[in-house]
Amino acid sequence: MLRWLIGGSREPQGLAEYKKSALQTIGEEQTQNPYTELLVLKAHHDIVRFLVRLDDCRFASAGDDGLVVVWNAQTGEKLLELNGHTQKITAIITFPSLEACEEKNQLILTASADRTVILWNCDTGRQVQKVSCFQSTVKCLTVLQRLDVWLSGGNDLCVWNRKLDLLCKTSHLSDTGISALIEIPKNCVVAAVGKELIIFRLVAPIEGSLEWDILEVKRLLDHQDNILSLANINDLSFVTGSHVGELIIWDTLDWTMQACEHNFWDPFPQLDTQQEIKLCQKPNDISIHHLTWDEENVFVAVGRGLYVYNLQMKRVIACQKTAHDSRVLHIAKLPNRQLISCSEDGSVRIWELREKQQMAAEPVPTGFFNMWGFGRVNKQASQPVKKQQENATSCLLELIGDLIGHSSSVEMFLYFEDHGLVTCSADHLIILWKNGDRESGLRSLKLFQKLEENGDLYLAA
Amino acid sequence: MISAPDVVAFTKEDEYEEEPYNEPALPEEYSVPLFPFTSQGANPWSKLSGAKFSRDFILISEFSEQVGPQPLLTIPNDTKVFGTFDLNYFSLRIMSVDYQASFVGHPPGSAYPKLNFVEDSKVVLGDSKEGAFAYVHHLTLYDLEARGFVRPFCMAYISADQHKIMQQFQELSAEFSKASEYLKTGNRKAFAVELEKKLKDLDYTRTVLHTETEIQKKANDKGFYSSQAIEKANELASVEKSIIEHQDLLKQIRSYPHRKLKGSDLCSGEMEHAQDQPDQAPTTSNPDECADTDLYTCRPAYTPKLIKAKSAKCFDKKLKTLEELCDTEYFTKTLAQLSHIEHMFRGDLCYLLTSQIDRALLKQQHITNFLFEDFADDDRMVEKQESIPSKPSQDRPPSRSLEECPIPQVLISVGSYKSSVESVLIKMEQEFGGEDCKEVEVAEMSSFDLHGNLDYLDMDMKGSVSSGESIEVLGTEKPTSALSKSDSQASLVVPLSPQVIRSKAVSHRTISEDSIEVLSTCPSEALIPDDFKASYPSAINEEESYADDNEGAIHFQASISLSKLGEPEEGSLENTLSQADSCCIGKESDSLLVPLTTPIHTLSDEDGVVSIPPQHYRQKDQGFCVDFAVENANPSSRDNSSEGFPAYELDPGQLLASRDISKISLDNYSDTTSYVSSVASTSLDRTPSSAHPTGPSFERHKKRAGQNALKFIRQYPFAHPAIYSLLSGRTLVVLGEDEAIVRKLVTALSIFVPNYSCYAKPVKHWVSSPLHITDFQKWKLIGLQRVASPASASTLHVLSRYSRYTSILDLDNKTLRCPLYRGTLVPRLADHRTQIKRGSTYYLHVQSMLTQLCSKAFLYTFCHHLHLPAHNKEIEELVASRQASFLKLNLGLVNEDVKVVQYLAELLKLHYMQESPGTSQPMLRFDYVPSFLYKI
Repeated sequence: MLRWLIGGSREPQGLAEYKKSALQTIGEEQTQNPYTELLVLKAHHDIVRFLVRLDDCRFASAGDDGLVVVWNAQTGEKLLELNGHTQKITAIITFPSLEACEEKNQLILTASADRTVILWNCDTGRQVQKVSCFQSTVKCLTVLQRLDVWLSGGNDLCVWNRKLDLLCKTSHLSDTGISALIEIPKNCVVAAVGKELIIFRLVAPIEGSLEWDILEVKRLLDHQDNILSLANINDLSFVTGSHVGELIIWDTLDWTMQACEHNFWDPFPQLDTQQEIKLCQKPNDISIHHLTWDEENVFVAVGRGLYVYNLQMKRVIACQKTAHDSRVLHIAKLPNRQLISCSEDGSVRIWELREKQQMAAEPVPTGFFNMWGFGRVNKQASQPVKKQQENATSCLLELIGDLIGHSSSVEMFLYFEDHGLVTCSADHLIILWKNGDRESGLRSLKLFQKLEENGDLYLAA
Repeated sequence: MISAPDVVAFTKEDEYEEEPYNEPALPEEYSVPLFPFTSQGANPWSKLSGAKFSRDFILISEFSEQVGPQPLLTIPNDTKVFGTFDLNYFSLRIMSVDYQASFVGHPPGSAYPKLNFVEDSKVVLGDSKEGAFAYVHHLTLYDLEARGFVRPFCMAYISADQHKIMQQFQELSAEFSKASEYLKTGNRKAFAVELEKKLKDLDYTRTVLHTETEIQKKANDKGFYSSQAIEKANELASVEKSIIEHQDLLKQIRSYPHRKLKGSDLCSGEMEHAQDQPDQAPTTSNPDECADTDLYTCRPAYTPKLIKAKSAKCFDKKLKTLEELCDTEYFTKTLAQLSHIEHMFRGDLCYLLTSQIDRALLKQQHITNFLFEDFADDDRMVEKQESIPSKPSQDRPPSRSLEECPIPQVLISVGSYKSSVESVLIKMEQEFGGEDCKEVEVAEMSSFDLHGNLDYLDMDMKGSVSSGESIEVLGTEKPTSALSKSDSQASLVVPLSPQVIRSKAVSHRTISEDSIEVLSTCPSEALIPDDFKASYPSAINEEESYADDNEGAIHFQASISLSKLGEPEEGSLENTLSQADSCCIGKESDSLLVPLTTPIHTLSDEDGVVSIPPQHYRQKDQGFCVDFAVENANPSSRDNSSEGFPAYELDPGQLLASRDISKISLDNYSDTTSYVSSVASTSLDRTPSSAHPTGPSFERHKKRAGQNALKFIRQYPFAHPAIYSLLSGRTLVVLGEDEAIVRKLVTALSIFVPNYSCYAKPVKHWVSSPLHITDFQKWKLIGLQRVASPASASTLHVLSRYSRYTSILDLDNKTLRCPLYRGTLVPRLADHRTQIKRGSTYYLHVQSMLTQLCSKAFLYTFCHHLHLPAHNKEIEELVASRQASFLKLNLGLVNEDVKVVQYLAELLKLHYMQESPGTSQPMLRFDYVPSFLYKI
């Protein structure tokens, strides 16, 4: 009867014992966790899937109810509710206004399953324009600021100008449609279509022709399975991740493979397939759902785990094989060497990337690896492999805190330097996590400001 | 919340001290002079001498033109209440007091009868034979059939306690005026209706007469009129005259001065009538038309009757009842108002006074009082908040604040005067320029409640001493002048300079003396019982010293603040306030301290000037120490701590506990249900609730909650961490199968839950669905159903998932899962070995402890230097360490107590900054601290 009382915040479901040994947990004492205040924001009636930052203190949320809501990130106040889509929203992106333009209106583009794309003004809440001539649902949007055009990717790829005129479009690419789209140099874009990466080149109108055109330049067929994530790392390279856990780093200029990691998150597939199948019963346990990067590393969310891939060393330098109870959906790197991940298990975890120098020197008890998630190997096969793994990871991801608030999968989060963290979830809620001490100080400041305004504060002459 | 009425009532009689331990002698300042009537060993709560009724009641009497003065009804309408008291005799007494009623008649210069809209008169009157004292409110109602169209009535509040009537005069007057206004409004309406009917009758009669005359004229063409014809003609003429007169009356009643309606909170319908009337007045000369248009009248068509020339004899007709006179709707309202009055003034005078003081003090704590006050105070808080905005602008002039609150003076008063009495007196001199003017000013400043108490007391002596007769009219006052004066004072006193106040006070006193007259005396001196004669002067003496003795007053203040602040085991706490002060001083040397100290001084200063009736004044000082806690409290708290009273003596619970025993004996002693005695111990079901408009149910709620909280504390050894959870804003989930038990405990524990705003407590008594994160943001105390079904799995799962936000009290298994608590605050708040036995006493104990806590939170929140960096380069850590040391050293908080004050401070900040209170929910604050499982 008291089990739930004594137990921590763990979920007592499914492979409880397995997880207990593998999943790192942190107690209730989290001294380094700064988020000691939360504010629940309620406006959506369905899963909230997207969060997009508008400026320093505003963000927009969008979800399956077709609603876009603009919030104040400081106070949690609901600023605007944008009604226009009849079905769930599939993509949202901010549309930066032109530098030359006088009025600095904050615009956003939203695409929905109702096969429309709407351009909103986030200051007035008005619908600026609506396009509804799509043959298929637009699944991704990207803005090429340099050319002042935006692209929509569904079953085909369309190029639009600021006034929402269709400039050109490709032929029908596939029924699954474009799952991801990024811009690379030389007026090119990379689109992930199923297992393929297709590179298109945009031809802007020049002297001769007045027409825009988009040309398929190359198809890259190196992935074995559907490409789930696609990201620009820097000017020189971009990275893709697939359903079966292939991570490929590509050169942006000549579109060649710079590096490739297969199976690195699963170092022992050959050892005992029976065992592996039992442990990682779901294929999406190794799918790469999200990628993020900084100057040195690419951070990869692989299934339930987190991996840090060093670009220079071209290998994984730290990993957390079971970072969450369930799929990791979104990760982000904070400036202070911290990594935040959110997952289908409804939790958000904060990690810190630390050097592991002293660990290599001493003999490490096996219990340690058990704790960190490496203890899943069979007894007889474990010793040599463990050594190898130990050498491979020179850093470690340490759990410094977790945020528990949502009762369902946390779809995405947004980090504000000044205001904290915003998370959105399938439980229809958005939670604003704040640093309690800082908020308390801010409130004091405001209090004395108000006192001064009211004339209740007497300042020294 | 602030004051425990029971402490006031404690007397020094030895027979009550039956406690086994050797209690130290009660300090002089705690004792109330023995009750004058109790020389035969009676207790102060027994029936007052001579009174033949068991409790106060309201009597409505009429001076009937047929049978003379007669009682009409009493409230409560229960013969037990007035017992053997002779209502007829008393009606005669109160109605025989002449008043300024002017009757309708033909004034010299006017052809028609003229209605006078007479002001009500208010008289205080004593009948020593009956042992009854009454506030008598005379009013006149109009009745077409009555002599001179008027029927004199009076409403009397009859009490055995003369001082109660005297001291509550303003309140009584205000409340009775409302009732009277209902009666008169209804009466005007009914009178107008009656007039209209009469006009129709007259009109009809005229027509009939006219036809008859014509017929006679025709029948009789002899050129001379028969006597019959002449008679008819005369009759017709008198009917014509009567019509004109009645029309004029109707016009008069409709043109009732509208200004009198303004400000009286009558139903808006009446206001509309009033506004419409100027237009209607001219048209009323035509009765037919007015029947359609008049808003007063919406009744079925009236069939006119023929009016006989000679009316029936005066004594044959049946006079209208009060209800008929006043229109049923208004009559019901009046009765409701009167029973409200009866509720409001139930109980002992000291109870009324303390609760008034309590309310007055609460009004001053407008920044913190939302935290733990009950919603019963909501309406008051609302009015209070309306008045706030005007305050700063009025007394803002910085020059004045600098002048009146020089910092060096504070230092002197803190440092060099040992005695609280001394230092306070000196303070008075500094502020007002002289001791002698203080009293005057005090009297003057009674702008809201006991306006002009001293005057009445003076008068009281005059009346009784000089006449010594069985009926004394002790004081009268014109209602309008009194009310307008108090209004203007409320707004004016604040900005006035001391000189102005003083002169105004003097003039006020003369006015009130003029208005008091001994109006009538009764030659039956022989009727006064000897014992009354003997004891009466002593009562006067008591009052005299009560009102005039400043020392006593200040002692009283000191003792209260001590009981709230000083308990020996607190150690550093005793000096909290003085240290708080010294911290400010210390800061001063840092050179930017002025901004900190000055505002506090001005605040306290301004509060000192606002609205202080005499008895309230000393409480006012206490208000300083609760709310602002810097200067005024210093002398007293320091003084008291140096005297070192043991804690027991100061524990109100202790006082009550000993009183409880005495109470039992009281109950046995008094054969009838002694209302007064029940009043004394604030714990019977019939406990008076004058302070709370919501009435006895609210008192009962408090009592029950206190009782159950006490039970919880005694039953569960882990009550402290649970209460700490509530105080620090961590949601406490009470889990159990039995709804009744869970609800009971939740209600009990809700007294510890700080509010977000003044609207509702964040308490959810019973939930059976799984909780959400939003519930923890919204509720701070939740009663949760444990279901013995698969559904409970998800409920429990949610609880364990959100365990970091909650403390879980499992009633079925008697376990508590929550963070560790090692502070000293809660043990004092909830001591399982407490001697407090009664729920309501414990409730008061909790409230006073929480008030103290609020004052700490207030100090912490509004100390400027604690939250803002002293200069730009100061790092946050420095500010944080300053806060920590303030909380620890100045406020005397240890370990987890700090978090309680920090949480309250956050609530204060949010509440202060909220534009429209109650609109937004505060954020959920939490800590990452480990929880522990407590078992019995």
